[in-house]
Amino acid sequence: MASGSGELTSSGYIQHHLQNLTCGFGDEGFICGGADVAAKLGFWSFHLDTLVWAVLLGLFFGWMFRKVAKAANSGVPTRFQALIEMIVEFVDESVRDSFHGTSRLIAPLALTLFVWIFFMNFMDLIPVDWLPWLTEQAGVPYQKVVPTTDVNATLGMSITVFVLIIIYSLRFKGVGGFVGELVMNPLNPKELGMPKIVWPLVMAFNFLLEIVSLLAKPVSLGLRLFGNLYAGELIFILIALVFTAGSGFFAAGLSSVFGDHIPWYFWTVAVAIVFATLWANMKGKLSTKLTLWFLLAEMLLVGGAAFLGGQLMHFGWAVFHIIVILLQAFIFMMLTIVYLSMASEHH
Amino acid sequence: MNINATLILQSIAMMIFVWFCMKFIWPPLLKAMDERREKIADGLAASDRAEKELAEAKDRADQQIKVARDKAGEIIEQANQRHSQILDQAKTDATTERKRQVSAAEAEISQASNQAREELRNAVAALAVAGAAKILEREVDEQKHRELLDKLIAEL
Repeated sequence: MASGSGELTSSGYIQHHLQNLTCGFGDEGFICGGADVAAKLGFWSFHLDTLVWAVLLGLFFGWMFRKVAKAANSGVPTRFQALIEMIVEFVDESVRDSFHGTSRLIAPLALTLFVWIFFMNFMDLIPVDWLPWLTEQAGVPYQKVVPTTDVNATLGMSITVFVLIIIYSLRFKGVGGFVGELVMNPLNPKELGMPKIVWPLVMAFNFLLEIVSLLAKPVSLGLRLFGNLYAGELIFILIALVFTAGSGFFAAGLSSVFGDHIPWYFWTVAVAIVFATLWANMKGKLSTKLTLWFLLAEMLLVGGAAFLGGQLMHFGWAVFHIIVILLQAFIFMMLTIVYLSMASEHH
Repeated sequence: MNINATLILQSIAMMIFVWFCMKFIWPPLLKAMDERREKIADGLAASDRAEKELAEAKDRADQQIKVARDKAGEIIEQANQRHSQILDQAKTDATTERKRQVSAAEAEISQASNQAREELRNAVAALAVAGAAKILEREVDEQKHRELLDKLIAEL
């Protein structure tokens, strides 16, 4: 388990998993840590893990698509190129359906958001302890590998979208149009034939309503993504906890055989047996039905019922989560397009 | 869950990635895809055209075959006609030739018989004179008996 120093408790495990690697420039120079650094530096600290993973995944997106874009021609596409083009086509169609103005920015923006957010969400499917364990071996105490479970990352993106909404509104409607939309809706004093004396009152009321709905856009956009992924991550952590609890019982059973420390060859043999089972299946020497029973028996033998339960729950949630991560990436992209098209159209 | 400067840095990262996508990913990809779409449309149109042309060519070929067949039939017909014509001609020619030859033969025969008759008549006359001379045992005066002899010859 990726625990810090000290004993491992359930709440400690969860808390540890939900802490970002926070860094910043304090009085004593560049410091990194968990909640302590965050408390000390306040706003002027940053989550190094979030940023590194986000940038790595962004670079991966750029590299992957650039590779295809460079080789793209009108001839017969390779399979990978076809996949990339399918995504591009899908995004392009979504943009065309919702956005009727002309903008060179909006389609690439939508593509970047969709793929990048999907990649960041996808980190959620890597078992929760793997990467944190690795970085802990390298001496990094905290590690959250899913950037979209960090509210800073999602709000960072949604606020950028918000700025674009303002820019688009000003560009397509002008300052007067934009302000007019804010104060003359939903109660239009002109159309309702109100006396001039009450206009400022009505306009102030309108402004109050409109500014809330305007500000709600980036907040809801960022928090929706964050909330979904954070909840998903938390459930993975809880499932891992179930597994931990189970493995506690199981460890007690095993230690009666092996003593205090389960020797390394136990795990090696266990992995080898599972591998051999899967290999036999792939070579056609073992039917799939038999393979499943073998795997079940092996897992029971190695880890006991709790381990098995943890594995199955993890698998089940991961399958469900595939839909969530894709859907949330799509929703973020789609809402960005819709907001920008709303900003660029007169009502 | 602290709000901190990550927000700003993430925003900057996003802007850079969007810029990169806008500049280096989207245009070449879309260009390639549009070009391919055009190419495919052209290809489909070309294949349609080729199909139509093929059908037309087939029609033309069928027509030509039909014409050729008609012509061949005509030629055969003509040949048959010519054949019977030649046959008829040959028949008529043969018949005339036969008739001609028959009549020539007949003429020859009658001429020969006439000649033979003449010769015979002369021989008989000579014989009659010789016979008469023998019978009379004396010289017959030819001058004297010329009248008699001519009467005899004419009777033969």
